[in-house]
Amino acid sequence: MTQEIKPIRKKIEATGLMNKYMAEYFHELDDASKSRDRKIAWCTSVGPAELLHSFGFLVYYPENHGAMLGATRIATDLIPYANAIGYSPDICSYLTSDIGSYLTNNTPLTKAYGIKSVPKPDVLVFNTNQCRDVQDWMAWYAYEFKVPLIGVNTPRTPTEVNDVIIESVAKQIEGMAVELEEISGNKFDPNKLKAVMALSKECTELWKEVLSLAATKPSPISFFDGTIHMGPAVVLRGTQHAVDYYEVLLTELKERVANKVGAIEDEKYRIYWEGMPIWGRLRQHSDLFAGLNACVLASTYCNSWIFSDFDESDPFTSMAKAYTELFIVRSDAAKEEYIKKMIKAFSIDGIIYHDAKTCPNNSNCRYGMPRRIETETGVPSITINGDLNDLRMISDEQNKTNIEAFIEQIEENR
Amino acid sequence: MRNKLAERIIFAGVDVGASRTKAAIIDSDKNILGWNVRKSGTNFTLSSNLCLAEALSMAHADKSEIRIAYSTGYGRKNVTFAAGSRTEIGCHAKGCYHYFPIAMTIIDIGGQDNKIIKVDENGKRTNFKMNRKCAAGTGAFLEEMCLRLDVGLEDMNGLAADAEGIIKLGSYCTVFSATEVLENIRNGKPLADLMKGIFYSVIKRVLEMDSLTDKVLMTGGVVAYNPYLVKMTEELIQSEILVPKLPQLTGALGAALFALESRQQ
Ligand code: SF4
Repeated sequence: MTQEIKPIRKKIEATGLMNKYMAEYFHELDDASKSRDRKIAWCTSVGPAELLHSFGFLVYYPENHGAMLGATRIATDLIPYANAIGYSPDICSYLTSDIGSYLTNNTPLTKAYGIKSVPKPDVLVFNTNQCRDVQDWMAWYAYEFKVPLIGVNTPRTPTEVNDVIIESVAKQIEGMAVELEEISGNKFDPNKLKAVMALSKECTELWKEVLSLAATKPSPISFFDGTIHMGPAVVLRGTQHAVDYYEVLLTELKERVANKVGAIEDEKYRIYWEGMPIWGRLRQHSDLFAGLNACVLASTYCNSWIFSDFDESDPFTSMAKAYTELFIVRSDAAKEEYIKKMIKAFSIDGIIYHDAKTCPNNSNCRYGMPRRIETETGVPSITINGDLNDLRMISDEQNKTNIEAFIEQIEENR
Repeated sequence: MRNKLAERIIFAGVDVGASRTKAAIIDSDKNILGWNVRKSGTNFTLSSNLCLAEALSMAHADKSEIRIAYSTGYGRKNVTFAAGSRTEIGCHAKGCYHYFPIAMTIIDIGGQDNKIIKVDENGKRTNFKMNRKCAAGTGAFLEEMCLRLDVGLEDMNGLAADAEGIIKLGSYCTVFSATEVLENIRNGKPLADLMKGIFYSVIKRVLEMDSLTDKVLMTGGVVAYNPYLVKMTEELIQSEILVPKLPQLTGALGAALFALESRQQ
């Protein structure tokens, strides 16, 4: 019988600390939701969270909940509930599974933290920099909870993020302060915003350093690790815990680098992942690649929570710049340049494009990009079909064959 | 005679597809000594054993003579006698390059999936694509249509080739296509024209998967039994298409060649 190789992945010790901070974060939200002694803002994952923190809001991120629904594989069962009330199966499956979760009062927070339901919001805040779905998603909850919905409408797909765009976005963020004063009952305090920005910046720089360690051979961290360990960069940025956590993680990974310890045993192929993770298949994919001695070590996705432009001395403009410079907001021309840089920086042997059925915004393979990049760089690529949360969109066997055949191709052409 | 044969060194490749299992036996000079094709059924281990036994019998060889066997295809991990396995993508490429050592685009139409594989002049794979989740355009699509039309699989080619016209189908979806076909039958449209339209639909699904570069080669069970489909494709792309001698066997042959190479390494 041909042998299935047992993959060896290394456990990251800092995970325990991350779990502790994440648990504290969710319990704090749950307590506030019950006691109503602190205001809660829901915010899109690359929305102006720093501004919300400066008003004293606890910030909850529905996309993070969406990812949890995906990773626990309950999303697929919940999506049909949203479909049945008119939310198409073709739109964001974070949105549909999250609404399905709300409709059935079924949240992974219960099993993970003993929390019965998601925290009740006082305000919903979106930024359309990533997609329109987030606005419609929040609009559903605004209707359900009868709370205000405010947001930033960012111009999408610019090649250059020019001053006109930045000024418009900065003004919109600043303009929200008026409503947030009213909702929070607190006056806007520029010093508080500066302090939050400084913490967010620190978090960003540390997270960036963590991810950049993957440039070493062997890489001490994989994309699959990254999707888990980016949690604090998404939900705790702007707080001290995020900074503390990434300092610990960074130290551990630097030690790995010093000892030449890789995220997988015997790394032979270095792979870039473009697009969303398939949350319900993280373990399976991580094992599959590790078994092929392929380390998926860099991605656009994990890098999406690096906001290098943050500058506490100019919070609104720098926030506008950082949240608009992001990969997902940009034109294909800008995205191509970005990926080409990543290929070089991380010595990439091959790219996997995940064409997520329900998220065109993160699937950068629909307008000819893979072929253009392949022709220019000579680095081969493959597109796999799937979805972030809707497992009905996935043919595991076909993806497996595609991935194995791709690694064989890289091997044969060496 | 038997003793002399027993000294031979032979290599085996088995391609366990979702629909058919194929086996090829080669000698160290890469000559095909025996082969077999049979239904995969639900027990892949059993069908690979039976398929190998038939191929060995055709080669007048004994299992003990096999130096190394490799498996490929959907059920490749179920082949108990294989020392190693490769994906069907790699094996088709290798098998095709064995017949035609040139730069080419291979179109493989299988039972449940289609592949387009590009190989350079040195036999290296440069690119490949498989059909997306859906089975439109695969052998499964043809089987479903035959079932709906009450036409035997072996009669498809003759019908399509004799058609005077063509009735094209509009839908991607196998189920909707079947409805469309039945509607045409109800309206008294000729069966042959419909069959040609069904072939056309298969070709269109395949051609939209990728661009074709260099020489085009077609393989797979559908091609093996339906030469008219190849002719229609040639007309559509306006270029001659190469078809290996045993188009259904290129995957199994490729696996056998990988087995041979593994010994040489
Ligand atoms: S970017 Fe994609 S996954 Fe994220 S919220 Fe928008 S549609 Fe959903």
